[in-house]
Amino acid sequence: MTVSDATARDDLRDTHLGDAELHARLTRTWRTGSGWIERLSSVDHKVVGRRYIITAFVFLCLGGLSAVAMRLQLARPEAKLLGPDLYNQLFTMHGTTMMFLFAVPVMEAFAVYLVPLMLGTRNIAFPRLNAFSYWVYLFGGIFLWASFMLKIGPDAGWFAYVPLSGPDYSPGKRVDVWAQMITFTEVSALAVAIEIIVTVFKQRAPGMTLDRIPLFVWSMLVMSFLIIFAMPAVMVASTMLILDRLVGTHFFNPAEGGDSLLWQHLFWFFGHPEVYIIFIPATGMVSSIIVAFARRPMFGQLPLVLSLIAVGFLSFGLWVHHMFTTGLPQLGASFFTASSMLIAVPNGIQIFCWLATLWDGRPVFKTPLLFVLGFFFIFVIGGLSGVMVASVPLDAQVHDTYFVVAHFHYVLIGGAVFPLIGAVYFWFPKITGRMMSERLGKWNFWLAFVGFNVAFFPMHILGVQGMPRRVYTYLPEMGWGPLNLLSSAGALILFISFVLLLINVITSLSRGRLAGDNPWDAGTLEWATTSPPAPYNFSRIPFVTHREPLWDNRERLPVVTGLSVDSREVVSGTLTEAYPELRESSPEPSIWPLLAAIAVAGTFLGSIFTPWAVVWGSIPVAITLTGWFWPKGTPEDEK
Amino acid sequence: MKHRSVHDVSQLPTYGFGSISPIWWGTLGFVALEGTGFALAAGAYLYLWQVNGQWPIAAVPPNHWPGTAMLILLLASLWPNAMADRAARDEHLGRVRLWLIVMTVLGFVAVGIRFWEFAHLNVRWDSNAYGSITWFVLGLHAVHLITDLGDTVVLAALMFTRHVTGKRYSDVSDNAFYWYFVVASWVPLYAMLYGIPRL
Repeated sequence: MTVSDATARDDLRDTHLGDAELHARLTRTWRTGSGWIERLSSVDHKVVGRRYIITAFVFLCLGGLSAVAMRLQLARPEAKLLGPDLYNQLFTMHGTTMMFLFAVPVMEAFAVYLVPLMLGTRNIAFPRLNAFSYWVYLFGGIFLWASFMLKIGPDAGWFAYVPLSGPDYSPGKRVDVWAQMITFTEVSALAVAIEIIVTVFKQRAPGMTLDRIPLFVWSMLVMSFLIIFAMPAVMVASTMLILDRLVGTHFFNPAEGGDSLLWQHLFWFFGHPEVYIIFIPATGMVSSIIVAFARRPMFGQLPLVLSLIAVGFLSFGLWVHHMFTTGLPQLGASFFTASSMLIAVPNGIQIFCWLATLWDGRPVFKTPLLFVLGFFFIFVIGGLSGVMVASVPLDAQVHDTYFVVAHFHYVLIGGAVFPLIGAVYFWFPKITGRMMSERLGKWNFWLAFVGFNVAFFPMHILGVQGMPRRVYTYLPEMGWGPLNLLSSAGALILFISFVLLLINVITSLSRGRLAGDNPWDAGTLEWATTSPPAPYNFSRIPFVTHREPLWDNRERLPVVTGLSVDSREVVSGTLTEAYPELRESSPEPSIWPLLAAIAVAGTFLGSIFTPWAVVWGSIPVAITLTGWFWPKGTPEDEK
Repeated sequence: MKHRSVHDVSQLPTYGFGSISPIWWGTLGFVALEGTGFALAAGAYLYLWQVNGQWPIAAVPPNHWPGTAMLILLLASLWPNAMADRAARDEHLGRVRLWLIVMTVLGFVAVGIRFWEFAHLNVRWDSNAYGSITWFVLGLHAVHLITDLGDTVVLAALMFTRHVTGKRYSDVSDNAFYWYFVVASWVPLYAMLYGIPRL
């Protein structure tokens, strides 16, 4: 027997197998078992991605309910529904939940689910890190909301400005909870960012050169770079804050040489890119939906990609515009005004490319496209009020008023949530195998669109009239009552639209029309596989010849062969050309990432009580990480 | 959809070194984010230095000898580190074991020196903002020393088990790559922590 015979016997390849045997063997190799330990051990990017998406929407629900409670309180002057303490906790929980537990994780969740499918690979890079990141995120979210239920919910705003959040003005554990929740969510977000970058760089299907990468994937790649360079700032800041509170350091204490503006600089060096971490992935969703429903490839792919990258760079040069009222030197203020206006240019280029694509296409107005059109309308208004507050004199007038609340909700809900809901309608068939109801979808869209504008447009006027943010009530003599009532009515309509979305999701799960592989006749690779995709994603790895591969090859998909079917293998290739270099083995399921996440969560939790928790906690963390990395003798380990 | 085979990958290797290896890129990603952390911590140091007229605040400058000893040790460790990397790329088990043991010993010495440094900063973390940021920067770097040491210890132990395969050599090479970052980051931090208080 020759060596190659032995290899063929021990390590069967996909080259000559028939469809049925290929499916059976790949399923056995890649599936997640049904026992509960096996489920907890899953490293399938689709399983983890689905958990991420569902968890993020649960937090959207909690964050949304806290907003509804605040709107009910503000609906009329001197209402007694909520007291000031609970109100402070609610607006802090709302902002913190929406930013850290919903917006960033939900975008990463879609990336975790879709990027490997769009790239034509079988799993995300570092799948165990991916599972670990989910558990850390989940524990961080539970930690925050359990604290709120125990009446130790943070109450110093989602930005936790010092000195209010410092040891002198916020005794107790509330701000410590906030600061460690940051650590949980940032560890998780940073891990996912690295997975996405390496997946995009190394695991693209052969033939997917840089100019054939889908725009959705480009947007997730740019988002990941923003996360890597922005999130360390908030981790540094929140660590300093907890040290000031716990062990008596003086980073932010002016009496001992500290400086409270240091907090604002560090926070907004993260906080401004954060807006783009949320918005840029949404642009990827918009691009996917527009191409599929305009029925033509994107107009201006290259300027769109360059605009994404330009926005990414520019987003790091804007943070000081959050600090215009802190008495900065005039030159600094002028510089940041200019850079804030400059970022409108690449964003404008993107919008014009999308409009041109729709103009030249044959648009089909299904629910996902409606949400994209809603995005245009709302986001452009938010962008325009953004150009207004980029100017220092105007900003000084409306700073800390409802004008700013209106502005950033137009940007974030218009810019991110509308595309996201469109994305839910668009990819739901792929994830579940069933279509959502179009009729309910149209109701969902129009209620969301009307509700949103009724809720938030009046806030512009309230802001100009001088109504400050973060007040739990106001006097009738201020004359703000009618517009607040209108705003609260809009909030209820918006809330109902989300109830419709939930109903649509639940009923479609069991009763939706079967979707088939490619219900929208879209062109990217996730539509080349079954809905929902098999555990192994693709029975053979696709070979990419075009930017919209499925439009280029309607009959027979070009594929590469030669991968093992009895152990987990993916193709790893060169950075620019995606020329295959390795049959890289992909880690099999493991319970250790969950155990490591439990050890890490225990350490973080303990650290709000004693600094020694970090020392003693490092022991279980080291043990679980070693267990995670130690080879188990499987074929994947031993290659 | 029907398939049409256009390319065969069955002869490709299952592991590679440097930029061929996905783990190398993952390590680079962690280097980028941790490097950002160092840059921001250094930025905070410079910021606090600028807003305070007096620096160090109510303290004498730190004794630089422990830090200098660290600098010399880390720079000297570049050579055995490069040897470990080369042995891994040659897939030479004996030399990999030897140089990993050397790197483990050097790692323990470095962590020991770091404790010595903390003891001779001439300021406590809770004395003032100068003390806080000095301890913070030094602590951040210490976390990296300890992490890489832990990684090296586990890898060294692995190389004495039956699990030595091609991929393990690639892991050793990536571990050596991370150590370059730990050393490179110390050079500017050393200059800042021990130089600026003497200006």
